[in-house]
Amino acid sequence: MSARGPVHPARQAWRRFRSSRGALASLLFLAASGLGALLAPLLPLASPRVLALEGEARAPRLELGGPRWAHRVSIRLRLSEPPRSGELLARAERLLVANVRELTGARPRVLRHGPGAAPEELELALLYRSELDPARGADLEARFASVLASQSGPDGLHVPGGGTLALARVEVTAQDGYGPLGALDRALVALRHRLFGFFQLGPWLGTDAKGRDLLARCVFGSRVSLSVALAAALVSVLVGVGYGALAGYFGGRLDSAMMRLVDVLYSIPFLFVVIFVITLLGEYRAELAQLGIGRMTAFFVVLGLSTWLTMARVVRAQVLALRQAEFVRAARVLGASHLFVLRVHVVPHLLGIVAVYLTLTLPAVMLYESFLSFLGLGVEPPQVSWGILASDALDALNPLSVAWWLVLGPALFLGATLLALNVLGDGLRDALDPRLGRNA
Amino acid sequence: MTLFLLRRAGWFLVTLWLVVSVSFVLMRAVRGGPFSSERALHPAVEQSLRERYHLDWPLWKQYLQYVGPLDWSAQGHRLVGGDGTRPWGGLLALDLGPSFKYRDFTVGEILAQSLPVSAALGALALLWALALGLPSGILAAVRRGTRLDLALRLAATLGIALPNFVVAGLLVLVFVFGLGWLPPAGWGDLAHFLLPSFVLGLPFAAYIARLTRAGLLEVLNQDFVRTARAKGLPPHLVLVRHALRASLLPVVTYLGPATAGILTGSLVVEKIFAIPGVGTHFVNSALNRDYPLAMGVTLVYTVLVYALNTLVDAAATLLDPRIPLEEAG
Repeated sequence: MSARGPVHPARQAWRRFRSSRGALASLLFLAASGLGALLAPLLPLASPRVLALEGEARAPRLELGGPRWAHRVSIRLRLSEPPRSGELLARAERLLVANVRELTGARPRVLRHGPGAAPEELELALLYRSELDPARGADLEARFASVLASQSGPDGLHVPGGGTLALARVEVTAQDGYGPLGALDRALVALRHRLFGFFQLGPWLGTDAKGRDLLARCVFGSRVSLSVALAAALVSVLVGVGYGALAGYFGGRLDSAMMRLVDVLYSIPFLFVVIFVITLLGEYRAELAQLGIGRMTAFFVVLGLSTWLTMARVVRAQVLALRQAEFVRAARVLGASHLFVLRVHVVPHLLGIVAVYLTLTLPAVMLYESFLSFLGLGVEPPQVSWGILASDALDALNPLSVAWWLVLGPALFLGATLLALNVLGDGLRDALDPRLGRNA
Repeated sequence: MTLFLLRRAGWFLVTLWLVVSVSFVLMRAVRGGPFSSERALHPAVEQSLRERYHLDWPLWKQYLQYVGPLDWSAQGHRLVGGDGTRPWGGLLALDLGPSFKYRDFTVGEILAQSLPVSAALGALALLWALALGLPSGILAAVRRGTRLDLALRLAATLGIALPNFVVAGLLVLVFVFGLGWLPPAGWGDLAHFLLPSFVLGLPFAAYIARLTRAGLLEVLNQDFVRTARAKGLPPHLVLVRHALRASLLPVVTYLGPATAGILTGSLVVEKIFAIPGVGTHFVNSALNRDYPLAMGVTLVYTVLVYALNTLVDAAATLLDPRIPLEEAG
């Protein structure tokens, strides 16, 4: 390592890479969109989940500030006995709406009301606009319960105008529009509140058939799409490099047997197998969940396990060549241990090619993910991914209402990301491994 | 050549056996199955269904029944205790078994209905891929370095990068809802599969354009092309007679993977355009837990892909005898 040439190979590669303007632009774009996905709760976007007050698809409008954030509360009451009169129920409903109004300071709109799944169930879904306040959504459930308790006696809820409702159970779920978020994301939301106040971007990409902001859905969808792709590509790299290195390092019979297996696997149409395996895994959801393996984890492991073949072949060829290389033999003769040779001479030489194939695996895996989500076998609502958005868009297309913006939004995000990944992969390949032709 | 084909056939059998056995074990090991739908079946009904599909047999017997060629049921071959009315069955007798969901059909019948549809779609897609890919690749190579070249290369990268459902959505917007030239979905006459096959073939057209351009550029700098030019052959003849033939090899080798890719891609395209092909059946079978159908489709496609790859490798050797057959294994 001490015998450095006049120009370090890494620097040479960087120079070659920099000379390709497209690859550089792609790198910057990908870094920006990755950062955007990571910091999505910080951005002044509309809610990706909560329906806007007007529940229909709207074309994009290029206004800077959008409507205020909409929160959603649903209240489900289970009565101990069927209500005696509809009039009593209507008054109870008015009381509940008034409670929410008092707690939130907003004028709620009733989305859905009336009997629930069972005859003794009362269901009420409210939507209200208010200033963005992350604490309020989470807190609302508890405060609602305490208000309800103060209005009830031992025999049940006292409805103004006379009469009581005997309540067996009260369920209040308040959504602040983000869905479940981790601690870091909560902090980001708080920071957003401090930075942007109540400001929120307008519907630049339009809203979907349920009135949800498409721009927000695309950005939040990028979190799922990008992280699944990254995780799956990582699995694929781990398996591929391990397998290829093993075969290449030991060589001989083991090598030829292992590579035969790769050949055999190559001739299997993998998308079919992946779909098959994913449906099979669907049967064992509960067990996998108990082991701490969510559907998403299983999903990206399966994706990763089906895309490692090329990586294994390339790494094996590289290791095979390195093993014969004179500098490796020289190191061995000079008494270097296997571990030292691997660490100093073999692994650094693999890094370039692994980086290249990682960037080429990423778009492949993303395509798989969006294919599967598109077919309804991948990511599931209420989680969003670009594949789901594209699928929703095509479902919504009909001659009566051509919601073109629904197709355009996800297409832009997915297309730009895949394009950038492809260009970056080609650029990296040219820079890091000039021996490989452009179309090798 | 014969040895090569024999060896290939041997590995093919190994591959197929692997696919069959692994998916059989997965299929039978999995709980639930096709009859555990939301509506619970009457136990007697379920029992008779299990009997009909031989799910009450021991696993080894089910496996032998699936693989064949002997039929193990009461009407089966005399060797295994049947009465001999239906001696043969299973995969080795080209019988993919009954479908769990479409109870009056066998998997073979479903495939016989849907495979021609998918094949027509795939063939047309391949045609699009060649008809668009070759000329644009040649054009880009001949005009290399110009704006046209740059534009064609960008288009190729776009074609590779964009997933086909995105392209499909955009094209449907323009041609179906915007201009109203084409019907939105369905299956019937040529107009119905113009758009789906184009969408399906586009990424492969892009790859073919890239391969043609790269191959041609390499060949155009070689001595025999210079010789042909020097002896005064007109440029288009140099291109067609000498350069193109030598540069097409990568394209030919690519046709194997391309066909495999078209088969896979047709899963999505068939769903988008509501085409009753194999892909639609496969996705539905996966969603319905109709495992025999899913497995049958996977098997048939494995056979197709393998056969095509073998053919393509053999063709590559015929085109360029320097390529050893073993390497292509």
